Amino acid sequence: MAMARRPLSPHWQIYRFAYTMALSILHRATGLVLSLGLLLLVAWLASAATGPDCYAAFLQFAASWPVKVVLAGGIAAFCYHLANGIRHLLWDLGMGLERAEARRSGRIVVVASLLLAAVLVWIFLRPGAAP
Amino acid sequence: MSDPARALSQVLGRGSAHEGAHHWRLQRLTALALLLLGPWFVISLALLPQLDFATVHEWAGGPVHAALLLLLVTSACWHSQLGVQVVIEDYVRGAARGVALVLSGFVHVLLAAIAVLAIVRLALGAH
Repeated sequence: MAMARRPLSPHWQIYRFAYTMALSILHRATGLVLSLGLLLLVAWLASAATGPDCYAAFLQFAASWPVKVVLAGGIAAFCYHLANGIRHLLWDLGMGLERAEARRSGRIVVVASLLLAAVLVWIFLRPGAAP
Repeated sequence: MSDPARALSQVLGRGSAHEGAHHWRLQRLTALALLLLGPWFVISLALLPQLDFATVHEWAGGPVHAALLLLLVTSACWHSQLGVQVVIEDYVRGAARGVALVLSGFVHVLLAAIAVLAIVRLALGAH
């Protein structure tokens, strides 16, 4: 069977760029970011279970600026993937599949996830936030 | 199953594996679970006065919180595994695909195991 040189799916290279397509790619990208974020969640739980010293070391690590930037990105990815995930589940129910509806729900998702991300970053990462 | 054409197409690798919807369904099921557990986790943390050792221990040590945390990490690891699997299947080819799939599976199971063990320790108050 000759199948070696076929393009890999999903053949994003052959489509004219569309706004909703960027949102779809972003869903996958934020999903991968959150997969990496799992490492931080598990490290947080493991350090808390190990003992006070280990947990203090984790908090110190999480409070450093580079890690805070990564956490802010993770929070934004979480908000987007959550909001757009709701959009996907509604599609699975057969709702909002028309092109105009999909574009509108896309805009709602972008605005809602940006707002939510801003609130969460403020709560957890603002200077002086309780560790 | 008695249809010879169908049996033949299965042997040749072009027939139904009878589990096409399995992956899809699990991805949606874990998505639904995370739709509830994710916001619960974030709101719970936001409502804690601080995230120091004693506060986190007291919070995570409660039986309900520990149970929900267990559901959160297992759902998250499962959902992540399903998603990463699709990305690998879409973009990695050749021998690297099999290696990447096995590696992803191992890492996700390992993460879930570490998280579950940590939550159980927290719930039992051992540290």
